Formats: sequence, structure tokens, C-alpha cells
Amino acid sequence: MSRVHLDHASTWPLRPESAAAYRDAAAVAWADPSRGYREARAARDLLDRATETATDTLGATDGIVWTASGTEAIHLAVLGSARAAVRRGDPRRHVVTSAVEHSAVLGACERLHDEHGFDLTVVDATASGEVDAEAVIAALRPDTLAVHLQHANHEVGAIQPTHEVGVACRERGALLHVDACQTVGQLGVTLGQLGADLLSASAVKFGGPSGVGLLAIGERGRVRALLDGDDRQRRRRSGLEPVPAIAASAVALAVATANLDTERSHRELLRRRLRELLPRRVADLQVHGPLADAHPGIVAVSALYVEGEALVTELDAAGFAVHSGSSCATTSGEPSHVLVAMGALTHGHVRVSVGPSNSEDDIEAFVEAFVETVTRLRETAGVGR
Amino acid sequence: MTADHADHVVDALGRACPIPVIELAKVVETAAIGDIVEVLSDDPASKVDVPVWCRMRGQRFLSQTERPDGGWAFRVTKLR
Repeated sequence: MSRVHLDHASTWPLRPESAAAYRDAAAVAWADPSRGYREARAARDLLDRATETATDTLGATDGIVWTASGTEAIHLAVLGSARAAVRRGDPRRHVVTSAVEHSAVLGACERLHDEHGFDLTVVDATASGEVDAEAVIAALRPDTLAVHLQHANHEVGAIQPTHEVGVACRERGALLHVDACQTVGQLGVTLGQLGADLLSASAVKFGGPSGVGLLAIGERGRVRALLDGDDRQRRRRSGLEPVPAIAASAVALAVATANLDTERSHRELLRRRLRELLPRRVADLQVHGPLADAHPGIVAVSALYVEGEALVTELDAAGFAVHSGSSCATTSGEPSHVLVAMGALTHGHVRVSVGPSNSEDDIEAFVEAFVETVTRLRETAGVGR
Repeated sequence: MTADHADHVVDALGRACPIPVIELAKVVETAAIGDIVEVLSDDPASKVDVPVWCRMRGQRFLSQTERPDGGWAFRVTKLR
């Protein structure tokens, strides 16, 4: 049976160019790039080229730090910037974030609060998942070290006003870290456009291999490594760099950037089609997030009376891979903090995230399967009509 | 009629979402216009989902109160 991947917000299939780059690099770049012999220089050469690609693409005036994941890049931004501040004697101990951030951002900020005594302000979001720039700016204090704000929401696709926040941060001497895991390689972002000093990303979200994240750093961005042990990456991240995976990630970023306009408009077309068809075909359906100025690949809906995990399982059996953030679907039993912050229906939730390889036929077929599944699950629950 | 009055009580304690909302919908379906339906639930998702259900189905969300022995009591008036 053919499979349709509709969970690009989690992971993309590896781009063929990236897979080829990985194979080629793994054959020649196995040595430690910080050593002085010929094999090591070959690895160093590949690592430097990959870093240059990412630096140029993202406008990272103070370079790139390669990490093992987007989560690690986020932790380096949140905790590593605090570590750098403490080290240079900066007394600021306050950070600002929003209620709809990825759990990695909220978790890192909570750790900064719980374990390092920083004050934390969490700004609310609107019913469509958007964060008001004025509310973030109003939360800034003289002792604010950094604001941690996403570019696009990972669950509902709302785009946040990072540039406006970045201008205010700059005026007040605070840093802006933008979690751009959902948009790097997809919306053509640069640090300058976003007004960011630090920008985190994940290779697996633009067609690179898993196991590679990155933190792009602008001229005001300062981070210090979270793990001690060596002086790699300008003391910003310890540990041997996985050069083949990094080289493959840089290739994925270059390909994604080259195809950006066509991939984006194609995905936007599919997104609009889903947003139009799903509520027309299914009663009692909430469609989340803004229609315009949103991520081109994310559609999130909640179907009343349906269990999210059951939807995922049934749709999987029908050939479609989607993700559910429903409370019933998670091991914690807690509803999605993003949907709660929006005051949106937390059960029966499915996030459909489309990629460039999805076709209009895929979307039509998915809608049919969704309608059929929701109808059946509601009938089983005794609330079908 | 007292302030505590409820015409129907749905006991969904110990049951995960979306069961509390499904049971609420079933009882409201059979209730008379103007009846008050109370839902007892200890699923934290109900705090969001019961008011949203009321909005989506055109019913009136009256109140949410914490129960002394855990969970919440939600009250809804049937409008249509």
C-alpha cells in the first residue's frame, strides 16, 4: 500500500542529495577534524565548507554551532547564553518566553528558573496561537537577559512577530533567540530578517539527517558550552562533530534554499485546500491557527468527540502518517499546552504537515480517509449523526 | 431551585478525554431546554474542552468549580 507522509513538522524524509552527501562524506571524513594529520584535514575541510554554507544561508555573522538536535541547540541558546552572561559578570537574571513555545524552550527556561534562580516571564498567546509583540515588549525589564520566541508555532503554524521584538530587545540590550526549527530551509529565514541574535534549527526538519541541530549566532549572540571537556567550536559546544551528518545537513539546507519558492507555494496550496475541505466535510471540527501569515505546511484540526490517538492509529492503517497532540495521545495525560493556551479543543486533534512531495491527490485521499474515520469513531462513541 | 441545583449529573470521574464531553453531549441531547447539566471530571483537558464544546454547540457554559475530593464540576445550560 502506498504511504503518504503528512508529518513534515516532525521529520522530513531525507533528501536524496543529502543522502548522497552523507555516503560520500562518511567514506572520507571519519577522522577527528581537530587533529593535524591528513585524514583529519579532510574532515576539517568538509566541516568548514558545511559551516560556511549554513553561516552564509542564515546570515550568521558570528558563525554556527553544530549540535546533536534542535532541542540541544535550544538548550544551548537558553542555558548557554545565561552561562556566558554569568561568566562575564553580567548581572541580568530575567528571561521572557511565550506560552506556546515548543516544550524544549519551555523546559530549558524552566530549568534556568528552577536550577539557576533566573526570573521567568511567560507571555500568553491569542486564540489563534499568535504572540502579541507589545505584550512581549511590555514584559522586558532592565534585568532581562534574553527573549526566547519561536518563529512559527510547531502545532498550529502561527508566525510570531520576532522582528518587532528583536528591535525592542536591541534597544534594551537584551538578546533575542528565535526557535526557527519549523522554518529554517522552509521560509528562507536569516538572523537579520528575524531580528535575532541566536537562531536554533534542526536538520531533520528540512530534509537533512537526524542527529544534527544548529545554533546560528549573530554579532551580539554569546553562548558558552553546556558540557565541558574540550575547546571545540570556539568553546561553544564540546564533543567530536559528526562531520558526515553535518555535511549532509548543509547539502539539505542548500537544496531546500534553492527550491524554497516552489516548495513553499506548492505547500501553501495544499494547506489552503485542507483548510477549505476539512471543515466543509466534517461537522463539529475546529481548525486552528491563522489562515494568512502562517507556516505554509501546517494544518491543525480538532474533531469533537474523537480520541486523537485513535485517529492517528486509524489514519495510519489507511496509509497516512499524521501526528496528534491530543491529551489522550500523550503518555503524560496532559493536554497540549499550545491548545490549552489558545483555549482550543484539545481532544481529537490532528496536525497535518505537508511537504513538497505531497500531491493534490494525496490531500483529496487524506480528506476522504479523515471523513470516513471521524464518522466511524463518532458512531462507535454513540454520538454520530 | 437552589444555587446547587442541577437537573442532570454526568459522572465522568476517572475517565479520559473525550469521554466526559461525549457523555455531556449525550445527556444534553435528551435534556429539556433550560435544564442545567453538571459534569464531574478529573481529566484536566475538560477545563478547556467543556467550555469549547459549549461554544461549538451553542450551549451556555455556566461555571467550573473545584471538587473537594479531586477534579472539577462543570455546569452547562441547554439552550437549544
